[in-house]
Amino acid sequence: MPAVSKGDGMRGLAVFISDIRNCKSKEAEIKRINKELANIRSKFKGDKALDGYSKKKYVCKLLFIFLLGHDIDFGHMEAVNLLSSNKYTEKQIGYLFISVLVNSNSELIRLINNAIKNDLSSRNPTFMCLALHCIANVGSREMAEAFAGEIPRILVAGDTMDSVKQSAALCLLRLYKTSPDLVLMGEWTSRVVHLLNDQHMGVVTAAISLITCLSQKNPDEFKTCVSLAVSRLSRIVSSASTDLQDYTYYFVPAPWLSCKLLRLLQCYPPPEDGAVKGRLVECLETILNKAQEPPKSKKVQHSNAKNAILFEAISLIIHYDSEPNLLVRACNQLGQFLQHRETNLRYLALESMCTLASSEFSHEAVKTHIETVINALKTERDVSVRQRAADLLYAMCDRSNAKQIVAEMLSYLETADYSIREEMVLKVAILAEKYAVDYSWYVDTILNLIRIAGDYVSEEVWYRVIQIVINRDDVQGYAAKTVFEALQAPACHENMVKVGGYILGEFGNLIAGDPRSSPLVQFNLLHSKFHLCSVPTRALLLSAYIKFINLFPETKSTIQEVLRSDSQIRNSDVELQQRAVEYLKLSSIASTDVLATVLEEMPPFPERESSILAKLKKKKGPGAVSVNELEEGKREGGELNGGGERGGDSSAIAASNASTPSPSADLLGLRAGPPVTAAAPSAGSLLVDVFSEAGINDDGFLRDLEPTTESSDSLLAEGPGDSDSAPPSVVSEDPTPLPESDELLNKFVCKNNGVLFENQLLQIGIKSEYRQNLGRIYLFYGNKTSVQFVTFTTTVTCPGELQSQLNVQSKPVEPLIEGGAQVQQVINIECLTDFSDAPLLNIKFRYGGALQNLTLKLPVTINKFFQPTEMASHDFFQRWKQLSQPQQEAQKIFKASHAMDTEVLKAKLLGLGMALLENVDPNPENFVCAGVIQSKAQQVGSLLRLEPNAQAQSGEQMYRLTVRSSKDTVSKRLCELLAEQF
Amino acid sequence: MIKAILIFNNHGKPRLIRFYQYFAEDMQQQIIRETFHLVSKRDDNVCNFLEGGSLIGGSDYKLIYRHYATLYFVFCVDSSESELGILDLIQVFVETLDKCFENVCELDLIFHMDKVHYILQEVVMGGMVLETNMNEIVAQVELQNRMEKSEVRTFLNSFL
Repeated sequence: MPAVSKGDGMRGLAVFISDIRNCKSKEAEIKRINKELANIRSKFKGDKALDGYSKKKYVCKLLFIFLLGHDIDFGHMEAVNLLSSNKYTEKQIGYLFISVLVNSNSELIRLINNAIKNDLSSRNPTFMCLALHCIANVGSREMAEAFAGEIPRILVAGDTMDSVKQSAALCLLRLYKTSPDLVLMGEWTSRVVHLLNDQHMGVVTAAISLITCLSQKNPDEFKTCVSLAVSRLSRIVSSASTDLQDYTYYFVPAPWLSCKLLRLLQCYPPPEDGAVKGRLVECLETILNKAQEPPKSKKVQHSNAKNAILFEAISLIIHYDSEPNLLVRACNQLGQFLQHRETNLRYLALESMCTLASSEFSHEAVKTHIETVINALKTERDVSVRQRAADLLYAMCDRSNAKQIVAEMLSYLETADYSIREEMVLKVAILAEKYAVDYSWYVDTILNLIRIAGDYVSEEVWYRVIQIVINRDDVQGYAAKTVFEALQAPACHENMVKVGGYILGEFGNLIAGDPRSSPLVQFNLLHSKFHLCSVPTRALLLSAYIKFINLFPETKSTIQEVLRSDSQIRNSDVELQQRAVEYLKLSSIASTDVLATVLEEMPPFPERESSILAKLKKKKGPGAVSVNELEEGKREGGELNGGGERGGDSSAIAASNASTPSPSADLLGLRAGPPVTAAAPSAGSLLVDVFSEAGINDDGFLRDLEPTTESSDSLLAEGPGDSDSAPPSVVSEDPTPLPESDELLNKFVCKNNGVLFENQLLQIGIKSEYRQNLGRIYLFYGNKTSVQFVTFTTTVTCPGELQSQLNVQSKPVEPLIEGGAQVQQVINIECLTDFSDAPLLNIKFRYGGALQNLTLKLPVTINKFFQPTEMASHDFFQRWKQLSQPQQEAQKIFKASHAMDTEVLKAKLLGLGMALLENVDPNPENFVCAGVIQSKAQQVGSLLRLEPNAQAQSGEQMYRLTVRSSKDTVSKRLCELLAEQF
Repeated sequence: MIKAILIFNNHGKPRLIRFYQYFAEDMQQQIIRETFHLVSKRDDNVCNFLEGGSLIGGSDYKLIYRHYATLYFVFCVDSSESELGILDLIQVFVETLDKCFENVCELDLIFHMDKVHYILQEVVMGGMVLETNMNEIVAQVELQNRMEKSEVRTFLNSFL
C-alpha cells in the first residue's frame, strides 16, 4: 500500500486543479484563478464560520495558486487559525502555508509564536516537530527572541524523542544564523558536541550541521568535536557495508554523514593529538584505497556516494596541506578522474585540482596534467566543465608554462561563452603580466586580447598595458610599432584606438623614421578612427593630437586645422569643446620650449599591484566587497571643472573622460587611496575649484534678472567666526513652514535648479551644486513688484536633530531689494551624517509697510549627496544580497501619479544622483540604480529597484520601489522621497 | 545550505517550490524562470552542476539538478554542500516519493502538492538536511498518514 493515501484527498481541490489544467489559454487560467480567489475571499469574509476542513481546503487551493506564480495577499489569518486546531491535518496545512508564504517580518509572527509555544509544550512529538519546522523555516528575530532559550533544552533533554531532537538541532541552527546574539550556547556546548556520539544516526546527521556552523564561529569552544568526529568517522569508514543497515546507501555506509564529518574537520587545523591524527590519516588512506577497489555495484548511485566521500577527503587533505604523501595520492586520484567518462567527476576533479595547484607539495604534480586540462578546455561539451578547466589552467600557470597556457586561453577566447569572457580576459591579462619575461610578448598578448574580445576588455586592462609600456623603455618602440599595425585593420575595437592614441601620442616618434609610419601617416590613421569613437575616446585622441604637435612640429598646421574645425571647437560636448579650444590656444601661443615642458613624456608610474588583479578578486571573491568598495572610482573630485589647468598638466593626455573618473587619476594609483582625500581636509578649496570656473553666470537660469556676482574666494573664507555678521540665525522656536512646502520640496528631489517659490510679490529661484558631502545653494530673491522690499532678512534653521546632521552656513543678504531687482544669497551645506528632515528657510521683509513672513523647506534632501556607482549585474545582485537584513530594506508600493514614460523615469532617476544601471535587472521594464551617499561621518551605499507595473490587478498603474542601504534610516527616507516622484 | 528546491516539468511549469531564504514572490518567479532557462537547455549527459543564476547569489552558489522523465529536480546550494552528496539526496527524495506514491508521476505532484511538501519536510528543514535514511522518512510519512486516517474516521463517526 502506498504510504500516501491518494483516495481521501479534498475533492474540491482536485476539481479546481483539474479545471486549471483544462484551461486552454493563459487568459482562461487567470480567469479561473481570479474566480477562485474571489470565492475563497468571500468564504473567508463571510459570516458563516468555516469548519476546519473547508479552511484546510481553501488554504490548499491558495498554495496551489501561489505555485502557479500568483501573489497571495490574504488567507494568512485563516492559516494562523488552523495552527490552533487540535486536528493534526489542519495544523499541518496551517504550518505549511505559513512556512511557504509568511516572511520573517510579517505582523502575524506574534500570533504564530503563540501557536508554536503551545505546540512545543504539548509533549506531542508530531506537534513539536511541526512547530520546530515552522521556526526553522521562517526564522525571524522575533521567533529567536521567543524560543532561543527553549530549544537547546529540548535538544539535549534526555527524554526527547529522536525525531524531535533532529528537528530541534536544525531549528537551533537556523536561529543561530539569524540571531547569533540570542542563542547562548555556553552551558549546552559540551552536550551539543556529544550529540556526535548519539546512537541514532539521524540525530548525528542533523546535529553535525549545527556543530559545524557553531565551530566556524567559535572554534575554540567547540574544538573537542574534532576527536569525536574522527572516531565517528573511523567507525563508519571501517564498518562493513551492512553494519549501518538503513544508513547504508547503495553499499556505501552513511555517505552523507561521512561527508559532513569531513567538512566539520575542515574547520580545524590537523589534530595535535598524535593518536587522533594517526586515526584520521588511517581513515583518509582507507578512503583513498577504497577508490581503487572494484565497485560493489554498477549503479551510478554507488559510485556517486563513494566519490562524494572521496572528494571531501581530498578537500580535507588539501586543507591540511601538510602530508605530502596524501597530497600526491590525492592528485593522482584526481588525475584519474580528469579522464573519467562521468562528466560530474571530471568537473569535480578540475575544481579540486584548482585548490591543489596552490599547494607547494603538489603544484608540480598538478602541472603534469596540463595536456589533459587543455584538452578539456577545447573539447568538453559542457560550459561548466570548460570554465573549471580555464580556472585550473590559471591556477597551474607558472613561468615554465605561461606562454603555452596564455596561448591556449587566447585561442579559447575566440569561441568562449559570452558569460565567461570578461573573466577570461582578466585572467589572460594577469598571467601575461605576471609571467612576462620579454615585454613584447606581453604587449602582443594584450593587443590580441583587445582584438579578440575588445568588448570584454575592461578599463583596468588597457590602463595597465599603458602603465607598463610607460614604465619600460625597452618595449616602447615595439609597442608603438605593434599598435600602429593593429590600427591598420579596417575595423578595430575602440579600446585599441584608446591604446593606440595614448601610445602613439607618447612614443610615435620612435617609429616616425619609417616613411610608412611618418608623423602624418600616424596622425591620419588615428584621425580616421576619430568619428567612430565615443566622447571619452575622442577626448583622449585630442590629447594625443596636442602631444603630436610637440613631437612633430611638422604636423602642427594640419592638427590646428582639425582643432579649429567647427566639429571640434563648437562641439556640443563641453569636454571636447574645451579641449579643442585650449589645445588650439596652447599650440598657437606657447613657445616650443613651453610646449615641450608642458607636453613632456609621461613620467613612470609608481610600481604597485595590478588593478586588474583587484578587479578579478572582486569578481570572484564573494563577501570580499564591502560598502567601501562601492565608492571605488568616484573621486572625480576637483578635476571636473578645473579646466584651466588641464592643458598644462602633463597627465592631461590621460584625463580623457569627463563623466567618469579620469583614467589619469587611476593610473596614478589614487584608486587605492581613501576615496575622500581630495575633499576632506580642504573642502573649501575644492569648492572654489569647482565653482569658480563654472561660474553661475553662464547658465541661462534667471539671467535676465541680473544675478549679483559673488566673489567666490570670500565665500569659503567665511569661518565660524564670521557668523556674527550673519543674520540672527538662531530663532528660539522653529517657524512653521508653509503648507505647500513639502510639495515644493518634492519638486526638487530629482532636480537642482528651478523656481522654488513664487507668489504675487516674490519669486525665489534656486540653483544648487553638490560635490561629495558638500553642497552650495544659490537662492535668487526676485522682487516682482515695482516697490522696494525693506528689512529683507532670511534665516536658515535646522530643526531638531537636523542640527547635528547638517552644517548650514548662509551669507547675509542685502536688506533692500528694489522693485524689479533680484538679490542672491549663497548657502553652504555640509552633510555630517544622514538626515531626514529639511532645513527651513524663513524670509521676512516689509512690502509697503506690511510685514511679510514666510517659511519654506530648503530642498536639501539626502539623495543630493549621492555619488553614482556603476556596477555590473553580478556585483549589483551580490551587494543586494549583502544588504539583506530586514531593516536595511524599505519598500513602497504606490500608484503612478504620472504617465509611465520610460525616458521620463530615467531622467528622474538620473536626477536622483544614483547611477542608473542598464542590463542589470533581468526584467527590462525594471530600473535599478546604485550610489553612495557621502556624509562626513560615513558613506552609505544604496541600491534601488523600481518595478513599474503598467497593468496591476486594479487596472491602475502601480510601482513597487525597493531601496536597500547599509543604513536603515537612509533606506526609509529615500523610499519616502521617491514614492512622491513617479 | 540549501537555498531553494525547485521542481518543474519539461515546460517549466513549477510543481513544487520551496525557498529556505527569503525572496519576494516575484523574485521567486524570476528565479524559477531563470533556473528553468539554465537547466532546460542542457543535454542530459552533461554534468549535473552548474553555476547558479545571477538571481539567487553569486559564484558561491551552484545549481545541482537531476532530470527524471518529465521533471527537473533542482537544488540551489551554497559551497558548504557536497555536490555529489546533494545528487544522492535528490535521489533519496525521489525514491522516497516513489515509495510513498507507488510509481510516482508528475500527476501525483500536482494533485498532492501538500503531501509532497510533507515528505520534503522530513528530508530538508530550514535548508539543512534532516534525515537521509529512506526507511526512516517513509516511517514518518506513514505515521502522518495514520493520524490523518484516524481523523477522517473520527470525522465520519461523528455523523453516526
